[in-house]
Amino acid sequence: MTEPLIRPKRKDPLKRSRQPTLPPAWRSRTAHVLTRVAAEGRFAMQFCPACEIYCYPSREACPQCLTADLIVKDAPRDGVILSETTVRVPSDVYFRERAPWRIGLVHLTCGPVLVSHLHGDCKEGNAVRMSFQIDKAGQAVAFARPKAETPFMSDDKQWREMTADPKFRRVLITNGRTPVGQEIAQALKAAGASILFVGIAEPWKPFPGEDALRGIEGIDIVPLDVSDEKSVFDLAADIGGKVDILINTSEHIRAGGLFDRTGTTTSHVEIGQVYMGLVHLAQAFGPAMRSRGADGTNSAAAWVNILSAYALTNWPKFGQYSAVQAACLSLSQCLRAELRPGGVRVMNVFSGPLDVEWFQTLPPPKVAPRALAASVVRGLKEGLEDVFVGEVAEDIRKRFAANPKALERELGE
Amino acid sequence: MKNAPLAEFASALASGAVKIVDLTFTLSPDFPMIVLPPEFGQAMPMRIQQISRYNDAGPGWYWNNITLCEHTGTHFDAPIHWYTGKDLPNAALDALPAADMIAPVCVIDCSAEAAADADFLLTVPAVEAWEARHGRIPERNWVLLRTDWSKKDMRTYANLKDDGAHTPGPDAEVMRWLVHERGIIGFGTETIGTDAGQGVHLDPPMPAHHYLHGAGRYGLQCLCNLDQLPPTGAMLVTAPLKIENGSGSPLRVLGLVTNGT
Amino acid sequence: MQASKRRPYDRVVLTAPVTIPYVRFSVESAQWWVGRALKGLVDAAGIKASDIDGLCVSSFTLGTDTAIALTQHFGLCVRWLEHIPLGGASAVAALRHAARAVEAGDADIVACVAGDTNHVDSFRRTLEHFSRFSQDAAYPYGAGGANANFALIAQNYMRTYGVTREDLGKIAVSQRTNALRNPHALMKAPLTLEQYIGARPISDPIHLFDCVMPCAGAEAFLVMREDTAKSLGIASARLLGTIERHNAFANDPVQVRGGWAMDIGELYAMAGVKPDDIDVLETYDDYPFIVMMQFEDLGFCKKGEGAEFVRSHDLTIDGDFPQNTSGGQLSVGQAGAGGAYLGMVEALRQVLGTAGPTQVKNARVALASGFGMINYDRGLSSGAAIIAGASS
Repeated sequence: MTEPLIRPKRKDPLKRSRQPTLPPAWRSRTAHVLTRVAAEGRFAMQFCPACEIYCYPSREACPQCLTADLIVKDAPRDGVILSETTVRVPSDVYFRERAPWRIGLVHLTCGPVLVSHLHGDCKEGNAVRMSFQIDKAGQAVAFARPKAETPFMSDDKQWREMTADPKFRRVLITNGRTPVGQEIAQALKAAGASILFVGIAEPWKPFPGEDALRGIEGIDIVPLDVSDEKSVFDLAADIGGKVDILINTSEHIRAGGLFDRTGTTTSHVEIGQVYMGLVHLAQAFGPAMRSRGADGTNSAAAWVNILSAYALTNWPKFGQYSAVQAACLSLSQCLRAELRPGGVRVMNVFSGPLDVEWFQTLPPPKVAPRALAASVVRGLKEGLEDVFVGEVAEDIRKRFAANPKALERELGE
Repeated sequence: MKNAPLAEFASALASGAVKIVDLTFTLSPDFPMIVLPPEFGQAMPMRIQQISRYNDAGPGWYWNNITLCEHTGTHFDAPIHWYTGKDLPNAALDALPAADMIAPVCVIDCSAEAAADADFLLTVPAVEAWEARHGRIPERNWVLLRTDWSKKDMRTYANLKDDGAHTPGPDAEVMRWLVHERGIIGFGTETIGTDAGQGVHLDPPMPAHHYLHGAGRYGLQCLCNLDQLPPTGAMLVTAPLKIENGSGSPLRVLGLVTNGT
Repeated sequence: MQASKRRPYDRVVLTAPVTIPYVRFSVESAQWWVGRALKGLVDAAGIKASDIDGLCVSSFTLGTDTAIALTQHFGLCVRWLEHIPLGGASAVAALRHAARAVEAGDADIVACVAGDTNHVDSFRRTLEHFSRFSQDAAYPYGAGGANANFALIAQNYMRTYGVTREDLGKIAVSQRTNALRNPHALMKAPLTLEQYIGARPISDPIHLFDCVMPCAGAEAFLVMREDTAKSLGIASARLLGTIERHNAFANDPVQVRGGWAMDIGELYAMAGVKPDDIDVLETYDDYPFIVMMQFEDLGFCKKGEGAEFVRSHDLTIDGDFPQNTSGGQLSVGQAGAGGAYLGMVEALRQVLGTAGPTQVKNARVALASGFGMINYDRGLSSGAAIIAGASS
């Protein structure tokens, strides 16, 4: 039975914060096939189509026929724990600080035997549900969970290392003026976040949903204009040391490519609001979060960017918008690398067009802000890195993976 | 003595006989901006990016880069700002005659009316009543509308509702009258814009902009400390930046007041 | 395809067993330890360094050096050179390769050396970058290193075959009893079964006295033709038979047997002896349960009977089944790749009758086995050799 988490007390200001350490991070290039599937929450491995066998650990040729033409194929998640051990004296600082640590040999029904982290509710001989998770070092690792939900399952200490569960964590939502920001606030509250800081730019300007937002229990409306360096740094000076999850909901959606836009003011504004917003937030909040990656139950855990799926490939109808999204996607990779020493993960949530006024003229399917918010919570609880929300985003992800040039041409038609 | 008037002015400044009142808001990133429907191009708020502050980016000095709109904070509107003034000579800031940068000012106190009604509009009869007390408005004078709006907090200062801003300003007729019947050099307010918050619904829409700039006159807005100016007898110093083909500019607005008036 | 039958060895011998006494931590380099071992060989055989014309080296801590760099380092001009990175199987492999070289005349005197240093933190570094599969798919799971990997195998083995900790404790305690007679053993204190059972857990079911102590040290021997040894006037032991196997039984979900089980018949056939003829057994003892697994896979009992075999035998020097007479790695220490050589060098001393305080009476035939390379989830390499003293 999983011991339920206890709401952390206020931190003793005399106590030194434990500095983050990371599990062993070195991986071969080929092993990163698993990083890719773990990022999206898939369970897939190398597979030899000729021999019809799955291959694990990742390798350069099929161990039966020696073909190098291994594909990555989704695999059934079922397995049985053949053997388990509790590592009590690890040789590495990260695990030493977290020992005892349980691992096992899991025999997948599809063939391979995986050394795997074990959820506390899994025992030797149990049938388990397998996943690849991103660990604190940002690397993919196998994880065995009970097949059915158990009480307080997500509070398991080894599982919580693999996730950024909002429970008892303090969250900053950078823009509460939008339906997306407001739905995310409601969803994070429901997911057990202890404090919700919600940024409001230009507080002299009323906005729809303001009363409902202010009515959420535990909410703290804070002045935050991400396009204004000073505003961001001022807020970070106040609350930077207690933001465990930062959800960047900054948005500026305007139609238009290059020729059908007059002047560059809109471009400057969207860069200022969205790209520079990310820069300001990262510089102001990132270092403190990185240093608090191992700071107890409510350690800094995740940075979430809400991005458009058109960050992957430009959609000329919203061409400049797409370009800024692409810039943010690129910058998020930089941020991910810079936060990694703290064990703080960066999750990008890619959405298709939202059901908001700025995509009013687009036909369905569109993503309801509430659905986006649910995906954010799911991604945090599952420890994902790339989340695609809605049919359009999923469609773009698949087409991009299949042939980026085809996608580019088709979006340009 | 050829320099007698200036020497007299200098000694008046030195003795305090002439006082200088700063009528300017601090330029800051969080100061409210004009709000237009979002599908239009938007004025950018003030942004300050530090270049260095006695640190690795510049060990011995502090300075910033700034970005802002021509119409940010306390600012000056040139004739070219409005379509009615677009074809006038000297309509842009770089052609602004220096002689127009210092002029006398009349201050019409409507603070009581504005307190009672956020949509208060200045009318010709109201100005005529003011003239009855203070005399006819001379030509090439500034007229400033005092509402004490600058004393409000930012949210009530912008005072945005479902149907837009609700702030006081002039009606259409008084603007035509001030420009064409009184020949003022310009019109200034404490609010965001020389026109009322709902000025777009007047005929013509935005009459202060329409009449002032159509006749080559100027606007001033986001002023403060108007309560420190006498109804008449003060001078305004209004020197906007010399921006090439500029339509407006933030500026430091100074009021020169004879002490005891 | 039928595998070919190997030709028996033609008067190939091992001589000059060398042990450079171990230390827990060393500030010296691995090269220093290899150098001491080479000097030991030259001194023991009464030859000059220039007489060595074949060199085989095993070590984890040489940094960027392999055997070739050591030829220049030690001024050796050899015509046969080998570097064997097989961990615990290195000694058997070295012996096999060297034997065929001297038999064919590719070399006359081959120095087989294994040695490692042990700096503070060098053990952890070795674990971290042990192998690609380990780095990709094993070490990041708790970073327990070999202890955790073998714990998973031990847990399954003990459950499957009904092995108790007492059974494994008997192996560890017997080896400690042997070690107390070996002045070079790092473990100097007696070990009781109670102490073994009560030791702190490291990675269940592995407890403290199931683990070897990493240390610095070196071991070495010479391989040559019998006539070469005779002309040098040094005592030698004849090589009777060997086996070597890698990545055996890949389809066993968890390792329950080593590669020996595939080849054990060939080992005894080649050597012309039976298990009963073995006077001294030197197993690879990274963990007591691996020792027990070797009792089964080397043919001393059937699979699953290891525990009963242990219960019914005395494994000490003076017992009915002398095993790991030096104390083994469990009590002497594991000097990196030197751990592979520990048993071989001790077996050589035993059949030469020069083992001193650990000498088994009338030891004539010895079997030394090796096991190594937990690349991912199991030990991949296994090997064994049977040698006999001069009287045979």
